[in-house]
Amino acid sequence: MLKALQLEPEKCTGCLQCEMACSFENEGVFNPSKSRIKVFNFHDEGRFAPYTCSQCAEAWCMHACPVEAIVINPKTGAKDVLESVCVGCKVCTIACPFGTVNYNADTGKVAKCDLCGGDPACASACPTGAITYVDAEHTGLERMRAHAAQSIPKA
Amino acid sequence: MQHVVIGAGPSGVIAAETLRKLQPKASVTLVGDEPEAPYSRMAIPYFLVKQIAEQGTHLRKTADHFAKREIKVLQKRVEGLDRAARQLTLAGGDKLAYDNLLIATGSRPVSPPIPGIDLPGVTSCWTLADARRIAATAKPGARVVLMGAGFIGCIILEALAKSGATLTVVEMEGRMVPRMMNDTAGNMIKDWCQEHGVTVHTSTKVNAIEKHGNALRVVLNSGATVDVDLVVSATGVRPNIELVKDSGIATDQGILVNRQMQTNDPSIFAAGDVAQGIDFSTGEYSVQAIQPTAADHGQLAARNMAGQKGALHRGCVNMNVLDTLGLISSSFGLWMGKAGGDSAELLNRERYRYLNLQFEDDVLVGATSLGLTQHVGVLRGLIQTKTRLGAWKDKLVADPTRIMEAYLASTQAVGFNAGVLK
Amino acid sequence: MAWQRKLLRVDLTAGTCRAEPLNMEWALKYIGQRGLATKYLCEEIDPKVDALSPGNKMIMATGPLTGTMAATGGRYSVITKSPFTGAIACSNSGGFIGAEMKAAGWDMVIFEGKSPKPVYLLLENDNAQLLSAEGLWGKSVWETDDIIHTTHQDPLLRVACVGRSAEEGCLYAGVVNDKHRAAGRSGVGTVMASKNLKAVAIRGTLGVGGVRDFKAFMNAAAVGKKVLKDNAVTGIGLPTMGTQVLMNVINEVGAMPTRNMREVQFEGAAKISAEAMHEPRESDGKPNLVTNAACFGCTIACGRISTIDPQHYTISNKPEYRGASGGLEYEAAWALGCDTGVDDLDALTYANFLCNEDGFDPISFGSTVAAAMELFDIGAITTKDTGGIEMRFGSAEALTKAAELVATGVGFGKDLGLGSKRLTAKYGHPDLSMTVKGQEFPAYDPRGIQGMGLTYATSNRGACHLRSYTVSSEIMGVPVKTDPLSTEGKPELVKAFQDATAAVDSTGLCVFTTFAWTLADIAPQVDAACEGGWTPETMLEAGERIWNLERQFNLDAGLTAADDTLPKRLLKDAAKTGPAKGQVNRLHEMLPQYYEIRGWTADGRPTADTLKRLDV
Repeated sequence: MLKALQLEPEKCTGCLQCEMACSFENEGVFNPSKSRIKVFNFHDEGRFAPYTCSQCAEAWCMHACPVEAIVINPKTGAKDVLESVCVGCKVCTIACPFGTVNYNADTGKVAKCDLCGGDPACASACPTGAITYVDAEHTGLERMRAHAAQSIPKA
Repeated sequence: MQHVVIGAGPSGVIAAETLRKLQPKASVTLVGDEPEAPYSRMAIPYFLVKQIAEQGTHLRKTADHFAKREIKVLQKRVEGLDRAARQLTLAGGDKLAYDNLLIATGSRPVSPPIPGIDLPGVTSCWTLADARRIAATAKPGARVVLMGAGFIGCIILEALAKSGATLTVVEMEGRMVPRMMNDTAGNMIKDWCQEHGVTVHTSTKVNAIEKHGNALRVVLNSGATVDVDLVVSATGVRPNIELVKDSGIATDQGILVNRQMQTNDPSIFAAGDVAQGIDFSTGEYSVQAIQPTAADHGQLAARNMAGQKGALHRGCVNMNVLDTLGLISSSFGLWMGKAGGDSAELLNRERYRYLNLQFEDDVLVGATSLGLTQHVGVLRGLIQTKTRLGAWKDKLVADPTRIMEAYLASTQAVGFNAGVLK
Repeated sequence: MAWQRKLLRVDLTAGTCRAEPLNMEWALKYIGQRGLATKYLCEEIDPKVDALSPGNKMIMATGPLTGTMAATGGRYSVITKSPFTGAIACSNSGGFIGAEMKAAGWDMVIFEGKSPKPVYLLLENDNAQLLSAEGLWGKSVWETDDIIHTTHQDPLLRVACVGRSAEEGCLYAGVVNDKHRAAGRSGVGTVMASKNLKAVAIRGTLGVGGVRDFKAFMNAAAVGKKVLKDNAVTGIGLPTMGTQVLMNVINEVGAMPTRNMREVQFEGAAKISAEAMHEPRESDGKPNLVTNAACFGCTIACGRISTIDPQHYTISNKPEYRGASGGLEYEAAWALGCDTGVDDLDALTYANFLCNEDGFDPISFGSTVAAAMELFDIGAITTKDTGGIEMRFGSAEALTKAAELVATGVGFGKDLGLGSKRLTAKYGHPDLSMTVKGQEFPAYDPRGIQGMGLTYATSNRGACHLRSYTVSSEIMGVPVKTDPLSTEGKPELVKAFQDATAAVDSTGLCVFTTFAWTLADIAPQVDAACEGGWTPETMLEAGERIWNLERQFNLDAGLTAADDTLPKRLLKDAAKTGPAKGQVNRLHEMLPQYYEIRGWTADGRPTADTLKRLDV
């Protein structure tokens, strides 16, 4: 069964362990600025929201890619960026309506969450259970997904 | 069922693949007139600077991609359309019958009416063949004039500058990328280019191109001349609608389609640069000629060709992203604003940072950015979901950089830390 | 080598920024942050320099674990000579800017000289620029933070800055980062403002690499996190209640300094406690506490985010204060509450917001207000001196008005901004200042916790709980329980805590981890990250080295053993209630022995042998 990242902002304390884990996994250094998951800080409200790609079924990024550099990973269902194919045209960064594909000027490529190939480092690093990797059928996830699906009208 | 798709660009390829997925048994034929594997024009600039080989421009990477999917690929020009017989005539006289036809013939550069435009050494930059020609000439030390600083001009601009050529850009309008950027942003891009060693003339026309020894002399309307080795013309594109001329298919700027991407002939559809589809923001039918729209069109047309119910086009958000010598810009939807709406703007000229948001009531309808690379797509999301921002609108007016928070707060449940509070 | 091995030197007089390699020989002896920056300061300034003159320097320094995945690895410190105490100042802060500096490629930034005009430093990886802050001068911390963000259109810039209090010469102004985290004590913000440096804005996208052994480090960090999670204090107490978990505990043991330390128990403690912060209020049904919040990399998350009752008198006409911001920590709640006799939780929260908004230390501020209240109580000052404020113990209005005046340096706020030592001296009652070396006490009465008396008296930066938190042992039994009313073994305890804390403060980790961690938990993380062969023993030795270096700075600055003392009240006036009833602090029983085990002379100077043994 496919699994997915479940994000529960109400459990987040904003510590950024997830961002460090993500950047360490993907870049080999602790570098939140290169993390594919980001924690947004609602300072005036005292709220935090971790957010990353939901691997949406619509796969806007994948369809917008002109060179087939974004592909579905058959094992995880994630939409993976193939760095060797990506030319850095950034069309996917404007196509993703969730803002979760970002251009990295240092590499000249885009980066997005790939679920770490099935063992997401952010979920392992989260000290409060705000990020978990669960069966895709899980109820809490449905809410998130349902929202993602409804919110953007199909083209 | 016989589906025929004319045009092997992104729209055509996605349509063919989608048709195959939806109708495993139907016949799907993809006809393209270039002697190449289907490739992406978006990738040409990267080919020009040798960041990728030609293969890197290909839309699909494996040689047997189409064969494996039983999509027949013909490299032939379509010369005739016989609607009554539901039949195409291919170059050489072969006939090709269809039940459903998708016209995804794209667009091509317009050739401005300038004396000397046909001289050798003057080229557009549209096809792989053009790119090979440019790459052969635009070497370090070469002198190049780029006519037109629109979107296409600007994506080549970077490649030309990086090739080491001495580059002069001539743009008719008063700013760069005039159909994507407002005055502020368009002029900041111009300043940026000049700072990076590219000469830019805006509000300037090329009056003539003349032969001058082994080189070319470009005569500007100011009277000034520029001697160069190469002139690249990028003064705009126009839909390839010649095929349907006199066929009774309704056209305007492009081929007119309804919300099913269907023309006035129920068995003929159009998609991509050639189609005049709905613009999400204006509700009007226009040619957008951008990659994401081509992809959306192709998919939607295929679903309708396969007979899916309710696959209605709700309109594409016009959007562009551009990298001009490292300065990244983007614009979305009604970036120029809407009458009666209001806006928020942040500008820092020294640092080349700009963010402009356009609202109608408390809904984001358009945006322009310079120097923004993080979460930029959420601008599309906010526009396309017509998210009511409520109190977040004022927060965005105070600080437009908080777009991602505005999106999350308006669309997701962002809870408190229930862990410590009973 | 989790150091970046690079520091930035900013000459404010000349307006230049240049990179230098980090002195790795010193790093291997002083670790980083507190220790290493103190070494730089000692080498570079005359300890006798006027702290507010261009000759003083100010160092913002991270530790080798700052910016790594080690739990709480986000700390940085501001090291300078204090204008408040004349001693070494080292104020530690969490939030996010420390890790950002590290990710930008820098271990520390040294500011020297004085800019002719207000400036702020913009540091984006290798790109360091001094930009005009003339438009920021006169703005609060919160406004400055917002303006810098919108000017640069980068939500991820991290900003540390001074508020109006520092500009107006408040001697206990801090440097506030991320809007409500502060290097709060000893007037480090006053030094920053004296240099015409308004803010430091940092964006780092290079990251922290170069960990000596990544695999070992990730393992050690994971083991450490588990220890924190499984510990009752760091796993449950601090996240749920914050440091405010102590309010009722300390009150019950009779060590709650109350009304300028006249008493040792506060009858209103329950109303301003952690538990009270959880209680829904009448007006809008919401509790004071909105959430807990973590600093960078912190798996404890003790931070408090609070709101003020929108109908409270302090903000009923000020909607701009209705949002959430940094709430009361225990020390602040004590100083603003118990010490002034005010039990109005919303008034305290409001005063705390103002401390953050304009960058002044709530401990010194609250204690100074308490001293002013006592002066008022005995008639030494009147409303003529206070500009009309009835400075009565227990008056929330007096407290909040005082906070507004100190924030902007107006009227009586100027006097209050000098701290209690100068205030009480000005009005003829120096004994009413509850300070050591001119810095106010925090929230543990040394009559009820004897070890804290020695802690305060010998702290290198003046009265402070964070130099050796023997409360841990004397009250909470960590790592071993000792009797708070006994002086026996306290010199050894204080020395051990002082040395260990100096080491922890030099790593980039938060000292709150030591509720659960010992150096045996910390050393493996440091060792996996850094070369130098770090063990609990070598770390403790480095801590002792640092302590002696700080001591030497103070002695060279002109301080003497005579400054290692407590106010008369704590030595002479017995506690009136509670378990410590009848007790005074018996510093004289501890101090000589402390000097001895430190290897210092009877007048508190490190002997030549000691300095040699430690290679100071």
